[in-house]
Amino acid sequence: MRLMIPTMIGAAAAATALMALGTGPRATPQQPVSPVAMVAVQPGSFDFRLPGEYLKANWPVDAPKRKVTFDRGFVMMKYQVSLADYGACVADGACEAHEGASRSADAPVTGVNYRDATAYAAWLSRKTGESWRLPTDKEWAFAAAERLRDDALGLPQDTANPATRWLARYAAESGTEARDAEPKPRGHFGENSKGLADIAGNVWDWTTTCYQRATVDAEGKVEHSTENCGVRVLGGRHRSYMSTFIRDGKSGGCAAGLAPDNLGIRLVREPPTLLSRVTRLWATVAGA
Amino acid sequence: MLTRREALFGTMTGAATAALLTAVAATPANAAQPPLADVGKLPRERVTLVSPPFVHAHEQVAKGGPKIVEFQLTVKEQPMVIDEDGTVMQAMTYNGSIPAPMMVVHEGDYVELTLINPETNEMPHNIDCHAATGALGGAALTEVNPGEQATLRFKATRAGTFVYHCAPAGMIPWHVVAGMSGTIMVLPRDGLKDENGKPLRYDRIFYIGENEFYIPRDENGKYKSYASLGESYDDTLKVMRGLIPTHVVFNGKVGALTGDNALKANVGETVLFVHAQANRDTRPHLIGGHGDHVWELGKFNDPPAKNLETWFIRGGSAGAALYTFRQPGVYAYVNHNLIEAAELGATAHIMVEGEWDNDLMAQVSAPAPIASL
Repeated sequence: MRLMIPTMIGAAAAATALMALGTGPRATPQQPVSPVAMVAVQPGSFDFRLPGEYLKANWPVDAPKRKVTFDRGFVMMKYQVSLADYGACVADGACEAHEGASRSADAPVTGVNYRDATAYAAWLSRKTGESWRLPTDKEWAFAAAERLRDDALGLPQDTANPATRWLARYAAESGTEARDAEPKPRGHFGENSKGLADIAGNVWDWTTTCYQRATVDAEGKVEHSTENCGVRVLGGRHRSYMSTFIRDGKSGGCAAGLAPDNLGIRLVREPPTLLSRVTRLWATVAGA
Repeated sequence: MLTRREALFGTMTGAATAALLTAVAATPANAAQPPLADVGKLPRERVTLVSPPFVHAHEQVAKGGPKIVEFQLTVKEQPMVIDEDGTVMQAMTYNGSIPAPMMVVHEGDYVELTLINPETNEMPHNIDCHAATGALGGAALTEVNPGEQATLRFKATRAGTFVYHCAPAGMIPWHVVAGMSGTIMVLPRDGLKDENGKPLRYDRIFYIGENEFYIPRDENGKYKSYASLGESYDDTLKVMRGLIPTHVVFNGKVGALTGDNALKANVGETVLFVHAQANRDTRPHLIGGHGDHVWELGKFNDPPAKNLETWFIRGGSAGAALYTFRQPGVYAYVNHNLIEAAELGATAHIMVEGEWDNDLMAQVSAPAPIASL
């Protein structure tokens, strides 16, 4: 291992130099990538309300909580992907056109489905030689910090009236502020305590986490669960679940629920791995 | 672009005006009507209108004899936000709401309606009441330019829900799809009755005015906004002629009756849903409920249809459906062209509190992995 260290340092230096030049080894030259403001979410732990729907003795209950620890932290986009950012991917032919109502280039892109979001991450990774991906629901919830709304209803289990939970859920998600779904310029909703801007504003963020339905026993232990990856979790003012092909949250919602205002993208950048550094160095050498 | 001057004077020459005058002249006097002096002696009541989806306080069974009921409508031309993305329409309204307020009287009462067109407006306006007889529903006697007002009295001779709308010569459909329509409900003096003549009552009314809008888009497909009513006219008319609305909404806006503005009721309560559409056919449906008694045509002296799943409201009419809620929950009340409901906006939500009736419905087994045989 000791022998490899100089190589790693060299590779890292080469990678840094390449980043400074703004050209990755496999980058397509047509569209430049704007510098991306990032926030390092520090290591830590929190009580995480599991996503999905939970049944106990055949009746819906609040999802159990689990202590989640991020030993290393992660690096997340400070702002959501903007209309201009996404437009560059469209211009490169790597992303499909969005369907959102955003008006200024500076506003977050909206009207993107899960596949658009992953296509954008793949394109950005190619352009930069870095590894970009959507966050997991767990990461999003940790990053949202004080803006995360616990979606537990805290009701006593009512086995006589299923409507109690429907009504409570509807009331909780309605909120009290007048709804304004028009996408706002970046920074409009301010920063949270971790420095992330506009998180839980009026544009929801796609995550990689699949919808699941689970049954828990009397102690809250999961007995079995069914996962449906055709539906993914979205982080936002309230946690939402959408089919991967939906671009307009309002269309994708159910008849009597409240849908997200807009669907957008906020990515996580993976730290460079040894393999990625070597690959980049190799590509540079081979290309030279 | 249509200027105010053209709107005021351009349309007042030509065939349309001649037709209006002929229509006025041809309206026969009603021999059965009491002499004017007698009408003048009737008791008067002045009603302050309230904004939809609610309706001013009223008796369901009339107390005493016919009276003159006074209403006032003020035309407000104003930009209005019609969806959650902030799309703005240059709207025309009675009293500032889409739909216009509901007026309630009893059969045999006289409606005395004052229409005010403030000086700040651009357009002439009037009112065509489908409940009224003669003069194009009153339109020919109420045409007011900015800075004018007029008062019309008509006898409510037929019981039922009736649309009223603006109908200025040359611009009728534009004024209607820009928001100028409302409902008059003429109740039978002895109230609503079922098919056997037994009295029916309601605990509350939800007045659902459905409108379809035709908003022009720019070259990028984004909705355009205009600085004034007149400037929006040419583009809007082109979209209207295509007959494909961009929005189909309840209460003037996508989401106007959902979320914080969702309607509320309780199990055991009887609600009268009055549904009006001044321009285009629609088909209300209460998801998870029914129409117990439905006057699909809105005319209360017809026996109501019973146990309907969906009812048909002809464009240019209003209908009424009576329903007693039997289960709690979040109900969706929709135009059951579900594309119009989910994609274009025609959805309202009703939060109904109360006890669940396990006899009417129970979940025998919750969703779980498929059992192996």
